[in-house]
Amino acid sequence: MGIRFILMVNKQGQTRLAQYYEWLTLEERRALEGEIVRKCLARTEQQCSFVEHRNYKIVYRRYASLFFLVGVDNDENELAILEFIHLLVETMDRHFGNVCELDIMFHLEKAHFMLEEMVMNGSVVETSKANILTPIQLMDKAS
Amino acid sequence: MAMHGMRGLSVFISDIRNCQNKEQERLRVDKELGNVRTRFKNEKGLTPYEKKKYVWKMLYIYMLGYDVDFGHMEAVSLISAPKYPEKQVGYIVTSCLLNENHDFLRVAINSVRNDIIGRNETFQCLALTMVGNIGGREFAESLAPDVQKLLLSSSCRPLVRKKAALCLLRLFRKNPDVVNVDGWADRMAQLLDERDLGVLTSSMSLLVALVSNNHEAYWTCLPKCVKILERLARNQDVPQEYTYYGIPSPWLQVKTMRALQYFPSIEDPNTRRTLFEVLQRILMGTDVVKNVNKNNASHAVLFEALALVMHLDAEKEMMSQCVALLGKFVAVREPNIRYLGLENMTRMLMVTDVQEVIKRHQVQIIASLKDPDISIRRRALDLLYGMCDVTNAKDIVEELLQYLSSADFAMREELSLKAAILAEKFAPDLSWYVDVILQLIDKAGDFISDDIWFRVVQFVINNDDLQPYAAAKVKEYLHKPAVHETMVKVSAYILGEYSHLLARRPGCSPKEIFSILHEKLPTVSTTTIPILLSAYAKILMHTQPPDQELQNQIWAIFTKYESCIDAEIQQRAVEYFALSRKGAALMDILAEMPKFPERQSSLIKKAEDAEVDTAEQSAIKLRAQQQTSNALVVTDQRPANGAPPPVPVGQLSLVKVPSMITTEDRNLTVQASSQDNGTLSKVDPQPPSADLLGDLLGPLAIEGPPGATVPSEHNAVSGLEGAAEAVDGSAIVPVEVETNTVKPIGNIAERFHALCLKDSGVLYEDPYIQIGIKAEWRAHHGRLVLFLGNKNTAPLISVQALILPPGHLKMELSLVPETIPPRAQVQCPLEVVNLRPSRDVAVLDYSYKFGANMVNVKLRLPATLNKFLQPIPVSAEEFFPQWRSLSGPPLKLQEVVRGVRPMPLSEMANLLNSFRLMISPGLDPNPNNLVVCTTFYSENTHAILCLVRIETDPADRTQLRMTLASGDPTLTFELKEFIKEQLVSIPMVPRAPAAAPPAPPAAQLTPQIPANDPAALLAGLL
Repeated sequence: MGIRFILMVNKQGQTRLAQYYEWLTLEERRALEGEIVRKCLARTEQQCSFVEHRNYKIVYRRYASLFFLVGVDNDENELAILEFIHLLVETMDRHFGNVCELDIMFHLEKAHFMLEEMVMNGSVVETSKANILTPIQLMDKAS
Repeated sequence: MAMHGMRGLSVFISDIRNCQNKEQERLRVDKELGNVRTRFKNEKGLTPYEKKKYVWKMLYIYMLGYDVDFGHMEAVSLISAPKYPEKQVGYIVTSCLLNENHDFLRVAINSVRNDIIGRNETFQCLALTMVGNIGGREFAESLAPDVQKLLLSSSCRPLVRKKAALCLLRLFRKNPDVVNVDGWADRMAQLLDERDLGVLTSSMSLLVALVSNNHEAYWTCLPKCVKILERLARNQDVPQEYTYYGIPSPWLQVKTMRALQYFPSIEDPNTRRTLFEVLQRILMGTDVVKNVNKNNASHAVLFEALALVMHLDAEKEMMSQCVALLGKFVAVREPNIRYLGLENMTRMLMVTDVQEVIKRHQVQIIASLKDPDISIRRRALDLLYGMCDVTNAKDIVEELLQYLSSADFAMREELSLKAAILAEKFAPDLSWYVDVILQLIDKAGDFISDDIWFRVVQFVINNDDLQPYAAAKVKEYLHKPAVHETMVKVSAYILGEYSHLLARRPGCSPKEIFSILHEKLPTVSTTTIPILLSAYAKILMHTQPPDQELQNQIWAIFTKYESCIDAEIQQRAVEYFALSRKGAALMDILAEMPKFPERQSSLIKKAEDAEVDTAEQSAIKLRAQQQTSNALVVTDQRPANGAPPPVPVGQLSLVKVPSMITTEDRNLTVQASSQDNGTLSKVDPQPPSADLLGDLLGPLAIEGPPGATVPSEHNAVSGLEGAAEAVDGSAIVPVEVETNTVKPIGNIAERFHALCLKDSGVLYEDPYIQIGIKAEWRAHHGRLVLFLGNKNTAPLISVQALILPPGHLKMELSLVPETIPPRAQVQCPLEVVNLRPSRDVAVLDYSYKFGANMVNVKLRLPATLNKFLQPIPVSAEEFFPQWRSLSGPPLKLQEVVRGVRPMPLSEMANLLNSFRLMISPGLDPNPNNLVVCTTFYSENTHAILCLVRIETDPADRTQLRMTLASGDPTLTFELKEFIKEQLVSIPMVPRAPAAAPPAPPAAQLTPQIPANDPAALLAGLL
């Protein structure tokens, strides 16, 4: 049970954020991302949010131009991950206000800070938006 | 939101965003990397702020997929920066860029430890998170006690403790020997009393890891988990921040129920009652609501509750509620719920009793098999496979067969294997089983492994009633316009044995049977010809009264193949020719094949062995044990001579047909003697187990030949040996010589060739070991995994594997263990880099010891030229300029190839396509020509476009003209030779390394195509 990676990829297949919780070489990442993105982006809205790929199950969700793809083990609770994606988006929304692809692109470090508060080594640590955002707000105040 | 001064980073990101294409992006990235590298060189002048900025740039570049091979030290050094912003960047970027084995991490251990034991909470959090993400052994050794202390400390705030819990989880998972968790049961129980949901959420992850390892030690945590669940699901006693769309932390609920699934049962009646109340509430109280997020969250909890109820399998009432719910789910339109319904129903099959209820939903499940979404189709296929039994096998298998014609390529292999297994396991009657397998071969011949057709032959041999039926059936298939080679094999075998049973039917005279079989001979490969020859010999023998004309025809064929370069074909031709002139003696030697002893199907065994310990696999196993159809019991099973009744044996690859049919087919010719000799030749001096021996002796005891023929058999044998020796002394190898060697199962060369076309399969197999291969190819890189499986109940020792790479391949094999434990499979990854074009082939030199047997084999590895090809569609606008620009040797080569294996054009196109030489239809107006475009990858040449044009002559399919062009002369030449090897009909001699085709001398290059041929005219234009 666990999250192996989280990817944010836009409609054109460009990676906007990649966070892995298991070590893959750059080559492996590139290959994996290419394969997954090709598979998921080709799917229609009427299809389910789960894609089986190699040993992973990909749980994905699309928000406007941005796809959130989470690779999990086969025995993970798929719907819990699906809603975890939404929680992540809501958290970003609370911080950025109407979050969009550009926010994530130009504030990559903040997206990483948020993820860091939410997931550790593939397990969900925190689901309270207030708690997740506390460190970032502290930083914003300090600077 | 401003970037707090990291303007340089924003500018860089903007630049990247504005890049028009990948090339521009690469240039911009290279420029930036150069810039960062120079700045890092005189590090002294860098402020912490600048360092931070550059480190983010590195992470950004790395995320884009570029290698960042410097600056790691700078990232790590930020960890010891005094200020929070720099430190934070240091920790986060380090955990993204480095892995636990990285040397630089060691440098940081002290700073990390200082942060962890220091008093600054935010620093503690950062350090714990990084260790929790990438901490390795050294971190575990030096930090585990500190982390444990933080987790339990009452003075520590929740924000630190929740991180400490997951940090400990990592250290424990990675190094259970270093992290001491003795006595942790009480502490875990204490932790579960925690009120803070953040700490609870992460502690629950830690608990899941601990109980999955040793549930007995943590039984005190069980009631606590139930209490937490009660607090969340029933009392809804959680702070607002932790409710998600009105649902109290669905993630913690799910995790808690997951932890509970590691306890086998719940003994305490109070705890049990509470838990069942909560579960009941979840099962009954989850309604479908409009809000998607709320719906998902509540169903996440519901599905976990279902899993827990199934696991506990205690309350009949609740179980039927679960089935009812799942039944509802598999019928809904909403794809996510339907997917999960199918998935969970498959898991549910593990529980007894529910089979009948699930069957009621068969119609809906079959509907999902036709869903446009492949994820759903896969789940439906798995479920149908799991729920199949004698009562519904016919319906399900027929659905699978129907679906096979339209199924995606990716699913066909799995689908046909599953259909074959189900047909065998649950066949209501044998003729149906034969129908199914023949349909499978007809519809998906390429995906039918030898095992499948061996098995059907075995059943036909063992069941007298079935023989005329099967013979009539295969004959029907042979009349079809396109017949798959596997179908030719099965038909030849069955018609050879049993076509005489049809002799009175119209169109089934020996002559007619012979001619429909013989029509196929020009289309088949060298592995099928021997089977055809055997069939001819048998047909000839059954022709009573003898038919002079037929005899002459068949003798002519035998004579023709007497000088065949393929040893197997040659031997059969010579022996059959000699035998068939013996008259009456022939009758006994070519008598019907004896029945096979019944053994467990290798197919079913395979399915069971492939235990990926997923739920659905165990469900399959359960099913298999519970209800195997009786239809497939061998007709004759009486044990004689006190031999033990045949028991299902696991050790051997059970279907012996392969060896009987392919290379070592002495059994057929020397069938009379094979009653003892042939069978014994397979008995190893040190049989792996008693079962094996019993099994091998089985046929001896059961299958006594009819008494009357016994004396003549001996005559026949001696006569045969005489005859054979007269022709070729080595044709019949004395049995004694063979007893000491381990024989491969199946044809090694054939396996290799099959693997040249596909990326996974068996490379080698003998009674002790099976070597499988799975490969992935990407540009000039390849990653193969060798699966070494010990088939026996004793270990294989002194295992050694050596790769002998050809000059153009860089190959690295990971460590191969010296011993393979009984029935175990080890995986050895093999990395391949292709440096330049070449047809040479790598060899695996493999040896092991089993008992007293030392076995050494050299196997060609399927890292062939075609694996580094990538098909590419090319339009006419792109093709012709390229084709023209590559003019003449050495970049463009042309050759007339003779002796081509005659095959229809479509078959040639398929063959080329399967080598990743993509046919581009429409580029050449002449329908007899093929144009191929593909890209070749190697480290030296990078990607090179290769263009090929093949002009065939419809009047003479044995010759063609081939023109190849690429930007590299070696590649052009090598590719030309490679394609030639695939097309010319030079039979592959087993063991010979990549048979070199005879290069037609240049002098032969006479123009074959007359000038008025449109193809020739086009060639001139091109």
